[in-house]
Amino acid sequence: MRAATRPVQRPPDARLLTVDAEGALRDLARSRLPELFEAGDVLIANDAATLPASLTGMHAPSGAPIEVRLAGRRSLDTADVHRFTAIVFGAGDHRITTEQRAAPPLLHVGDALMLGPLIATVRGVLDHPRLIELDFDGPPDRVWAGIAAHGRPIQYAHVAEPLALWDVWTAVAARPVAFEPPSAGFVLDWSVLAALQQRGVGFHTLTHAAGISSTGDTALDARLPLDEAYEIPQRAVAAIAAAKESGHRVIALGTTVARALEHAGAQHEPLRPGPGVATQRIGPETTLRVVDAIISGTHQPGTSHYELLRAFASDAVLARADRVLERQHYRTHEFGDSVWIERAAERVQPRSNLKTATLASRFGQRRTTEPFWIPNESRMRKPSRRASTSKSA
Amino acid sequence: MNTETNQHDPLRVAITGGTSGLGLALVEALHRRGAQVAFVARDAERVTRTVRRLPGTHGIVGDIARKDDAHRIALQVTAALGGLDVLVNNASSLGPVPLRALADTDCEDLETALATNLVGPFRLTKALLGALSAAARNSLQSGRRAIVMNIGSDAALTPYAGWGAYGASKAALIHLSRIWDEELQPHGVRVLARDPGDMDTPLHALALPDTDPATLKRPQQAALEIIAAIEAARNGAPVGATDQQIGIT
Repeated sequence: MRAATRPVQRPPDARLLTVDAEGALRDLARSRLPELFEAGDVLIANDAATLPASLTGMHAPSGAPIEVRLAGRRSLDTADVHRFTAIVFGAGDHRITTEQRAAPPLLHVGDALMLGPLIATVRGVLDHPRLIELDFDGPPDRVWAGIAAHGRPIQYAHVAEPLALWDVWTAVAARPVAFEPPSAGFVLDWSVLAALQQRGVGFHTLTHAAGISSTGDTALDARLPLDEAYEIPQRAVAAIAAAKESGHRVIALGTTVARALEHAGAQHEPLRPGPGVATQRIGPETTLRVVDAIISGTHQPGTSHYELLRAFASDAVLARADRVLERQHYRTHEFGDSVWIERAAERVQPRSNLKTATLASRFGQRRTTEPFWIPNESRMRKPSRRASTSKSA
Repeated sequence: MNTETNQHDPLRVAITGGTSGLGLALVEALHRRGAQVAFVARDAERVTRTVRRLPGTHGIVGDIARKDDAHRIALQVTAALGGLDVLVNNASSLGPVPLRALADTDCEDLETALATNLVGPFRLTKALLGALSAAARNSLQSGRRAIVMNIGSDAALTPYAGWGAYGASKAALIHLSRIWDEELQPHGVRVLARDPGDMDTPLHALALPDTDPATLKRPQQAALEIIAAIEAARNGAPVGATDQQIGIT
């Protein structure tokens, strides 16, 4: 794979690799996404808008420059905007890879952090020198205004140009509670939503405070994802129940949606609306209770996002998918290409009345356990490969 | 708005240009009715003063004509209100003052009027569309629409000499509202435009300083009419001529 280095949410040549319940793969133009849905299916997106969660400033006791990346909050409550979990870096900015960023000065409880118009106080130094809890001073409206005026979207070295808020807000972005964009949602625009509506596909949202995806520190990265607050509306729960009842599918747009729904689904059966804090990790051992398929970005093995995909498909299938992603030069990271992964047939709970139609049947394609994909002409390097593939198709 | 002004489900409204004229009258009237109100204005001191006078409202300092402000404003609106049911794009620019014939209007003055009266409302509405559509989607009263109310003017229909920059920009805003309304109705969002009439406001005084204020509509009266139109559209009333055809109120 290669890094997506430009902040374009919907590049016209975006690709979508689909993995059906039988493990069959297919490489599509992402513009064909609506065709993967059937009437009665429900798509759930994360409607969190992304905070400008990177705040530069100074550690008051030492005078040292710092960058504070807000990373977590206990709830989505609008007035609860004082206490945050945060990751602190020393001098430098996003153009330096997080792995190479300087450590922050030694931080102590009670230290003041001067962050533009905001003043924060260190309330806890957690069990890692970069990980703290802080409190912002002032009434909520002033804190929000300070974050809005001074903060910048968290970004990484693979995108050089400074990101603006409009680069990181999805078309459906609503409450500003995500620390990094729920970037799977970049696939959506209003014409996609209209196309889904025309197909009889339900569209609903939950709000999930998507956290930081990388800290540049192995010990910290191993703890990701941090706890993430979420809220599931009653309407979304009703739509999910109706889909399940009628044998249709619940498709999660992004890992954050899967995490919220599966967290809530594990708490109560049937699923209940309301707030929660997702604390679990999703991996190969996880039994999926709610989500039948996930649309996500492409992820590198070893990351928490990749671990989550292992709940949907076997390692063998994901390894085959990875090879196609490599071979087809899929773009990775938040502005990259996408995957659609159906929960593997063998992982469907026996009592589930999940409809068993798969992508393969929907596309009139034979099911195969061999790599099966149509090459992307624009990225083909060897013309001979196209000939051999189209023959097998 | 009786059904929405109880403690459990207050209407969430954002109003631009909220410290004077019609905008202030809307802030006051909605605040009085128990709505959760966020308002936007450029002058920090006036914003602070208005919040002090109307405790519980959320004042946001920003200029909708500035590209960089739109998302910052949107962020503070949804942060403060936890979502958004109604957006009123009320902030307006007259263009050159005193009013000037189009041929004497500098291109920059026309651009300024378009930035405030057309591009600003477009940008802010886009930034808040996620929140508005979520409000419509999640409304427990089935069929409740989210509303964007764009404040128009009869100068958008009638070619008054001297009102070129203002009239042209408002005409564009009204047509933008019509098209957007067509496109967004399936998503539960209505985009309306309405002419509040000639009101006794600072903007009117700036344009026509010699008018006797007694002959003008009070902004408080216009605010009540705007609120009634919003409420009707929220409840799914068919949007008739008065809402869409500016100049007939």
